[in-house]
Amino acid sequence: MTSTGPNAKTGLTRRTLLTSTAGLAVAGTIGAPAILQAQSARAQSDVIRVGHLTPRTGFLGPLGEYAVMGVTLAVEEINAAGGVLGRKVELLAEDSVNPSTAATKAERMIEREKVAAILGEISSASGLSISQVAGRNKTLFIQTGCNSDELRGKSCNRYMFHIEGSNTAYVKAVGQALLRDGMVKGKKWFGLTADYAFGHDLLRVTKKFAEDNGGSFAGSELVPTDASDFSPFILKIRQAKPDLVVSNLAGNQITNFIKQYNEYGLPFPIAGGGFDTAAAWGAGSDTFTGTWPCIWHHTVQSPSAQAFTQAFIKRWGKPPENQAWGDYLAAKVLAQAMAETKSTTSDTIIAHLESQAKFDVLKGREGYFRNWDHQLIAEMYTITPKPKAEQKDKWDMLLLGTAVPGAGEDLEVIQPTKQENACTFT
Amino acid sequence: MELLFILEQVLNGLVVSAYYLLIALGLSLIFSLGGVVNLAHGAFYALGAYFAIELEQRLGFGGAFVLSPLLVAAIGIVIERTMLRRFYRTDPIYSLLLTFGLAMVVEQAIRIIWGAAPLPFPMPGFIKGQVFVGDFIYSKYRLAMLAVAAAAVGGTWLLLNKTAFGRVVKAGVQNPDMVAVLGISLAPVMTAVVALGIGLAALAGVLLAPIAGVHPAMGTEIITAAFVVVVIGGLGSFWGVVIAAVLVGIVRGLAVYFMPPAAEASMYLLMLTVLLLRPRGLLGERIQRFE
Repeated sequence: MTSTGPNAKTGLTRRTLLTSTAGLAVAGTIGAPAILQAQSARAQSDVIRVGHLTPRTGFLGPLGEYAVMGVTLAVEEINAAGGVLGRKVELLAEDSVNPSTAATKAERMIEREKVAAILGEISSASGLSISQVAGRNKTLFIQTGCNSDELRGKSCNRYMFHIEGSNTAYVKAVGQALLRDGMVKGKKWFGLTADYAFGHDLLRVTKKFAEDNGGSFAGSELVPTDASDFSPFILKIRQAKPDLVVSNLAGNQITNFIKQYNEYGLPFPIAGGGFDTAAAWGAGSDTFTGTWPCIWHHTVQSPSAQAFTQAFIKRWGKPPENQAWGDYLAAKVLAQAMAETKSTTSDTIIAHLESQAKFDVLKGREGYFRNWDHQLIAEMYTITPKPKAEQKDKWDMLLLGTAVPGAGEDLEVIQPTKQENACTFT
Repeated sequence: MELLFILEQVLNGLVVSAYYLLIALGLSLIFSLGGVVNLAHGAFYALGAYFAIELEQRLGFGGAFVLSPLLVAAIGIVIERTMLRRFYRTDPIYSLLLTFGLAMVVEQAIRIIWGAAPLPFPMPGFIKGQVFVGDFIYSKYRLAMLAVAAAAVGGTWLLLNKTAFGRVVKAGVQNPDMVAVLGISLAPVMTAVVALGIGLAALAGVLLAPIAGVHPAMGTEIITAAFVVVVIGGLGSFWGVVIAAVLVGIVRGLAVYFMPPAAEASMYLLMLTVLLLRPRGLLGERIQRFE
């Protein structure tokens, strides 16, 4: 007698479950596609098309969302002011997903959509693959969120410019604060590092900084990017009894680590080499702790920074995260360079940027792109928790330190030197 | 000292076990009875955490803790009545597609409503702090979380083994047609099982919100691990899933101690080993219609 159960004819077996589990593991690595709101590319020759690629799903997705808000606002402002060279700017924004998809999309944007430049990206790995496409097609790429030193050094590219700071700059910025507080010389550090390209690069730079300044590492652990439970590492930190815990983590990892470190109440102070404001907001003002570097914050007191913050709040209903600053600035710099050179040709714009022309980078001092590695040279900051009594709202939980380098110092002192990170454009 | 530290890591792994278990138990129940591989289970876990954030601001932690799983379970009932129900007797590919799509819809809806950035969820003040036994440290919150998870799992066991409802469920798993012949309708039982399973997943979301980031992709992150637990434990077996969850948590705890980069891979290796030795999972029953 044949079975007449619900699945008799359809053959649902244990194997189906196994296959789905395996399929799921694969799907998990690919990531679900984000709903995109890319403006459609109409056949118009009277517009200047600009491509924007950034991860909008996965563990960098939260930052990517701010990036898109920033660049969208910038393009709206540029067009409201009459566009560039009398032409409107049309933004094509897409999810870069992963390095190979990012390269495919960059290729399509350049060849089919004829974009004048590509902006964006956060993942250093995807940034590298976009820069290779941009270099091959001689099209300008301004990256806004990739920290890896290697992109400015060994893998540097004549067609790539860097708004985001390098790992070295982040470490030197927070390092100034740590040196001031006596947390380096003769001190034992414990490092937690995100186990991918960015984390490894940051760990290398952090170790070099500690050794150059008389500190040492008591322990160092690599943390998988998909790990959400940090308690095993926190127990290891407790056993190692370091003077300082150094985070080389990324994205959501920082949020989870801060929350759980607070949960275990360990007495050792925390500092970090990489940081995004969204991670601190996600941890909440009750748990946020430590000394962190920061490339921009919405409480930077320059008129242009405050104008941007107000416009952003008006448009999106919340203050801009530092990633929003990066992508907003990229679009503004591009528009200004086009206007000043009266050209949309990448080579002409690059020559202008390489002349170290000054830009308002929404900070206290103006910035410029260094001609030998295309790094934006500008102020950085450090961030610590703001006392509860001084907080105006839930976004106002971070205390911005004074700008690094200090008022009288050369802006380049926190940047990697030629010896540290040599770059030759080919 | 060293041994004590290893023990500390093992106990710590139990917390991971607890939340894998809460999610895997529902998955296993829904699959065993309905034959539906619910790929959207992780999405309900995420919804539980997001609802908790909203409720916490209005009613405090207690209100969020009680109401959020109930609300999500209610959504589960609606989804079972309107969608899942149509696919119990069809090719499993349909229900796979349905629940996969549902998972995406929920994740994108969360993105649209709450944004992609992680949201904070404060730990309730009365349970902050640590417990020390000699040099041994444990977070009070995690201890409470273990207790709640144990209570939820214990309650589910009682429900399945000591009530008339449970007997119908168990009979339905083995032979739904015989249950129907006896004049018992499985439809309302199935609705209840889906609500229970989804409610447990949401409870895991609420419990995890104070210690891990609440973000749209949190469901996608957990679902694969939960499936691994179900596969290791074996279908239709309550204790199989419990043992598998504990095992996965402990193996991960030890892997993090001895070889951190292999921590995530350790559970897949465990699954492989178990499947090679016991293709039906640890305590998997022989269910005629799934063979």
